[in-house]
Amino acid sequence: MNEETKIQRPDEEVIIEIKGMHKWFGDFHVLRDIDLEVRKRERIVICGPSGSGKSTLIRCINRLEEHQRGDIIVDGIALTNNVKNIEKIRAEVGMVFQHFNLFPHLTIVENLALGPIWVRKIPKKEAEETAMYYLEKVQIAEQAQKYPGQLSGGQQQRVAIARSLCMAPKVMLFDEPTSALDPEMIKEVLDVMIELAQEGMTMIVVTHEMGFARSVAHRVMFMDFGKIVEENTPEAFFNNPQHERTKLFLSQILH
Amino acid sequence: MKTADATIEQQPPEPEEDIRPPVTQIGVIGWVRANLFNGWFNSVLTLVTLYGLGKIAPPFFRWAFIDSVWLTDGRACRAAAGACWSVVTSNFRFIIFGFYPYELHWRPLAAMLLLFALLFYSRDRKHWKKSLLYLWIGGLCIMGLLMRGGLLGLEPVESTRWGGLPLTLLLSVFGLTAAYPLGVLLALGRQSRLPGIRYLCIVYIEMIRGVPLISLLFMGSIIFPLFLPEGITINKILRAQVAIILFTAAYIAEVVRGGLQGMAKGQYEAAESMGLNYFLTMRLIILPQALKIIIPPTVSILISAFKDTSLVVIIALFDVLKTSQTVLSNPEWMGFSPEVYIFVAILYFLGCFSMSGYSRRLERELDTG
Repeated sequence: MNEETKIQRPDEEVIIEIKGMHKWFGDFHVLRDIDLEVRKRERIVICGPSGSGKSTLIRCINRLEEHQRGDIIVDGIALTNNVKNIEKIRAEVGMVFQHFNLFPHLTIVENLALGPIWVRKIPKKEAEETAMYYLEKVQIAEQAQKYPGQLSGGQQQRVAIARSLCMAPKVMLFDEPTSALDPEMIKEVLDVMIELAQEGMTMIVVTHEMGFARSVAHRVMFMDFGKIVEENTPEAFFNNPQHERTKLFLSQILH
Repeated sequence: MKTADATIEQQPPEPEEDIRPPVTQIGVIGWVRANLFNGWFNSVLTLVTLYGLGKIAPPFFRWAFIDSVWLTDGRACRAAAGACWSVVTSNFRFIIFGFYPYELHWRPLAAMLLLFALLFYSRDRKHWKKSLLYLWIGGLCIMGLLMRGGLLGLEPVESTRWGGLPLTLLLSVFGLTAAYPLGVLLALGRQSRLPGIRYLCIVYIEMIRGVPLISLLFMGSIIFPLFLPEGITINKILRAQVAIILFTAAYIAEVVRGGLQGMAKGQYEAAESMGLNYFLTMRLIILPQALKIIIPPTVSILISAFKDTSLVVIIALFDVLKTSQTVLSNPEWMGFSPEVYIFVAILYFLGCFSMSGYSRRLERELDTG
């Protein structure tokens, strides 16, 4: 494992710590003995074949899925059945979904202001100002009064990112954010994510966008059959994969 | 950061010349062709329907309007060839107000007008604020005072003398407004993770749906009082009202459950992932969408509940249908049932049609694409 020493990680405190974590769906062992430590400002890309457990892993971090063994500590709080703690962690951990999951009955600006108003208890006016700030950041401020159904996929995903940012999260989780997009819209979403990375956001990204992984990730992890098979710097990971399964996977997606 | 939509301005290609569709496909001719005479089968149907209408409509029109009498007594009615609308006009106040003291009819009238005003005011979604709730509570108190009396120099009127349209409206408006939130709570309870709450709701819903409304009304009016300690009685109208609420709520609950199940899982996840708790998730994200989807079936239930209030006749309450029947038992007006029932049907139709019309408007307004 001498490659691991080459990984450059930000010299910051640990914000997510996962130790010996297992998860089952019924009898199916979907995550096996996961150990993962994420520091502030660190950016991790997770890839792997479908069904390998990568989405489930990041969904465990904000308890959209419940793990059955091991520990997950986020921002100093251990994830247990304590509902108040879960809500506290979720407020600090933003999530962007494959299918955007915007609220179709609310306008764009209402989508963004909802979390700050109800979770952070910020006055409505202030929350809407923050919302407009982030909409400008993702370059769709002019769509603020529209409904999600009136926007293109790429625009919706940028709104979804802005919605997460409005909560001023400490960590952002991305669950295949570009997989549901038409090819010509992928770039506009990746651009937003790259800018976010440059600003020092802590990010865990499940994606097959290898260009993105190369340009922003500190570490790339490969998962298969519920295990983290290999992790390395982007260069080492793509140029010199160690594991047979990694090589096979990379040969299939990088044609 | 440059994004695609900011740079690409797409223009549709210019058409070379403006071509109109053929005349036979647009306008009146086009509509008639497309809807009435598209194919031999529909053409035959159209002709048969037109023939039937020609046979039925003119005689009915003559009976109802040309040969009809409007403001006579019963004897003159029997001499007339057409409809005897006099049965409605002469007994109008009894049909509408029942046995409420004649000289005090202005009070239920005022209560009804107040109710209509409140309903009309509530139509606009801009008025759906907390103040509306206070307005309704205040309005309710005034209506109750007007109907019941006994305060401010108003002569008290026993609720046993309430009847007619005010009673129908009272039972339905408050039955429906109370049943709706109860139904939503039952639906949420049925999906609860807590088995105690879940099974309670399932048992309730299945039991209530398993019996006809008539038997609930009977139970409320006859069996339930047997269990009360001696000397305590609960107003009969209130018991009927409670039975209607419990009954309607069970049906609404199942429709709401359908709406909840139709919600995409991603909506729950998006709401939860930003730290919203269960109640906020339901209130802000899930219910607004689910209740919108189920407007059509909900309105069906509300409409049928409105009509079902007429079943209270079996526990001897005089709703508007019963007061109309009572008129027909007067020897002077015996035999004019078509006219009376047409009148009552129109009353019910107005109520139901305004509900469905309003629901369509709501659906349009809430449509966000």
